[in-house]
Formats: sequence, structure tokens, C-alpha cells
Amino acid sequence: MTIFAVFDIGLVVLILGIAVSTIAARDAFAAVIGFVVYGLLLSIAWVRLAAVDVALTEAAIGGGMTGMLMLGAVARLRFAGGNDISISLPVRFATAVLCALVAAGLAIAVLSPPDAIPTLAPMVMENLAQSGLGNPVAGVLFVYRALDTLLEKVVLILALLGVWSLAPDSVWGGIPGLRVYARRSSTLTFLAQLLPPVGIVVAIYMCWVGAKEPGGAFQGGTVLAAMWLLVMIAGLKRVPSIGQPWLRPLLVVGPVIFLAIGLAGMVLANAFLAYPPGYAKPLIVAVEVALTLSIGVALGLLAAGPLEQAQQQ
Amino acid sequence: MISFLLGAAGFVLMTVALALVVILRRPAEVDHMMAAQLLGTGGGAILLLLATATETPPIVDVALLLALFASFAAVAFVRSAPGQESEV
Amino acid sequence: MNLALDIFTVSAVSAGALFFLAGTVGLLRFPDSLTRLHALTKVDNLGLGLVVLGLLPQTNGLFGALKLVSIWLLVQLSGAIVTQLIAGTVRRRGSNG
Repeated sequence: MTIFAVFDIGLVVLILGIAVSTIAARDAFAAVIGFVVYGLLLSIAWVRLAAVDVALTEAAIGGGMTGMLMLGAVARLRFAGGNDISISLPVRFATAVLCALVAAGLAIAVLSPPDAIPTLAPMVMENLAQSGLGNPVAGVLFVYRALDTLLEKVVLILALLGVWSLAPDSVWGGIPGLRVYARRSSTLTFLAQLLPPVGIVVAIYMCWVGAKEPGGAFQGGTVLAAMWLLVMIAGLKRVPSIGQPWLRPLLVVGPVIFLAIGLAGMVLANAFLAYPPGYAKPLIVAVEVALTLSIGVALGLLAAGPLEQAQQQ
Repeated sequence: MISFLLGAAGFVLMTVALALVVILRRPAEVDHMMAAQLLGTGGGAILLLLATATETPPIVDVALLLALFASFAAVAFVRSAPGQESEV
Repeated sequence: MNLALDIFTVSAVSAGALFFLAGTVGLLRFPDSLTRLHALTKVDNLGLGLVVLGLLPQTNGLFGALKLVSIWLLVQLSGAIVTQLIAGTVRRRGSNG
């Protein structure tokens, strides 16, 4: 048994243990913490599976956003007394059966792969040089499956519209109900002043390095969103009302530029979302920069939650 | 050298696992909060050792993100602690 | 020269790993949340610092080394902040939480 195998088995046992303790937790808070830890451990597992791109996303989403979002939900439940609502036995049973079915389906798919796994990976590696990109994941996302990537970003905006539409009519165009830290805390203020500049540099780095090595718009955008949330929670900057003139253009600039370049491809390169020869890399980097901004704003507003307050004049 | 670094990574993983079990078994919420910070330090060390052992520099970026976000769970925690609720 | 650097790496990383073990023992043995915070943030930060120090000779180029050091600095900042935030909460609740 190699030392790699020992490490991997230890990691898998730990991840399974944390998963079981998360499911078994009686208290919502303990379950959320278990889930955050589970996500962070998964990022180490993705590294061991040589999927560093996924590991980066998992670290940013699991470490930065999920904890923020779910602990906020726990606080809201406490505030609203939602913890007292008891769920009837049949509903619990149905939930357990559905979860078990999903887990069993996944297990069957993973445990019994076909003899020859269908893959296009060799073709991607052969043709990657034409795009000028060094990161095969970015190549697949922006060259071969660009339509999927475009639709993913549109889905993010649709999700945000879904959250916004939970608000009553009277506060439409108002301010999201992000719970901020009530007590002025010098510690939190210090963190919110020191960390965001570092975070912005990391976000730019993630976005830039994505063309060559693991990284990219989604990871960069998530870092931006987390930094923005930190500044708002510490009370250094107010949560903006969604009617702000700067906010909506930022939200759509990424998908719009992507779509515009895609449409231009119909004329210049004879196919929707195709890039003219020789210009692939600069165009992709431009799309990534715009997408980073849009993803940052969209994720930040998703975590800020539905609207609760009318816009102040 | 490679097997030494891997062994060190495995050793740190073991201490992190032990600490996680201890932390998550305690009833107090405050103790649970330490778990995220623990993975910032311990997970960071494991990833840096793996990056050097497997000669894959991009893994360092994963450790960078873990370090950047290590304090976020605690921030979310104090925000959600009872008695802290307020409107914007 | 290479051998000397390797010996440096092995000793620093080993010392770091020992500090991680010490931190875990502290989490196990210390009686209350406030003292356990010491074990978590101070001892583990030192462990990570030693691991980073040990890996510095193995990185290629200044940029990689700078990135390693900045990771350690970020974790130190986060450790200090997390300690303050959690300890403040413990104090306000007037108990072990």
C-alpha cells in the first residue's frame, strides 16, 4: 500500500464521518457547521482527484458563501421561531426515502462505470492550442461548451430574480434584508477594512490565471461577492437598494458581452459563440473579466436575500 | 523527500481529524465555530504539503482561498448569535 | 547545498507537524472554550508557520515563496480575528456558550 493510498483512505473515512455527523445532528446550527467542514474537506478530496478547478470552487463556495448563507438562515429561523415547528413523521420518512434514492442512484452510477468510459478529453487536449488557452477546463467552458457556460450565468440571474420576487409589492426596488452586525465591533471593522483589498487582488488573480491554470471567473466572482458581503455585514457600507442605477448594468454586463461576442461570431466565424481565428484568447479573457463582475454582484445579492425595506429617499 | 512530505500531510490530516471529532462532539456552539478556523490552518498545511509533494503549484491557490475564508464562518456566527438581530 | 536545504525542510516541517499535534492535544485537554481558543489559533498558527518556512526552499521562484508567506499571514490575521469574535461572544453569554 503506498503512502498516497493511506492518505486517501484516511481522508475518505474523515469525510464520511463528518457526513454522518451532519445528518445525525439534531440542531440546525451544528448541522450547518458540519456541512461547512464537509465542504472544506471535499476541496482537499478534489485536489487528490487532480481536479484543482473544482477544488478552488468548492473552497470559495463552501468556505465563503455557503456558511454565510446557511448560518444567516439559521439566525432567521431562530428570530422567527421556526425551530419550534415540528415536522410530521410521514414527511420525514418521505424525505429520508427520497434522499436514500438519490444517494443509491449516485452510488450505482459511480460504482458501475462502463468498460470503456466515453471521453472527449484527448480531443480537447489535441485542439486546445488553437484557442491560445493553457487551462483545458477553461477551454471546455469557453470554447467547446460555451453555450452551457452562457446559460449557467443566465440561470444565476434568474435565481436572483426568484429571490427578489419573494418580496411583497410594497418594498419592490427596496433594500435586501441582510442581517448586519448590530453592535459596532472594532474587531469586525478591522477585518472588513483589511481583508477586502487582499480579497480583490486574489479575485483579479483568480480571473487572470484562469486562462492558463486552474481558476477563472466563477472563483474570482465568488471571492468578490464574499468580500462585498463582509463589508456590508460589518456596517462599513450600506446594503444597496436594488433600484440603484449602477447595480443592474453590473449584474448583466457579463452575460450581455458573452452574448454579443457569440452573435458577432455568427458573422465573423460562421457559428454562434465561435471566435474569429487568432482572437480567441483576448475575447475569452474579456468575457471572463465581465463575468467575474456579474457573478460577484449576483452572488452577493443572492446571499443578501429577499427585499425587506422600501427604498429610502 | 516526496514520501516525507506526504507522510507529514497524512500526520497533519490525522491531528486535524482528531481535533474535528473532539470539537464537533462538544455541545457548545462556540466550540463548533473553531472547526472552520481549524481547517484554515490544518487544511492549509495539508494542501501546501500536497502541492510541494506532487509538484502541482495550483494547489497552493486552494490553500490561499481556505486562508482567505478561514474567518468567514466566525463572522457569520457572531452575526447570527442570539440577541444580535437587527434590521439594516 | 541541496542536502542542507532538504535537511532544513525536513526539520522545519516535522516541528510544524508536532505543533499541530500539540494543538490537538490542547483542544482535547483544556477545560473551557477560552483556553481551547489558544490551542487552536496560537499553536496551529505556529505549526502552519513552520510548515511554510520548511517549504520555502522547495518552491521555485520568488512569486511562489511570496504566496506561501502571504497564506501564513492571512491565516494569522484570521486566527486573531476569530479568537476575538468567539471570545467576545463567550463573554457576553457569560458562560461556556
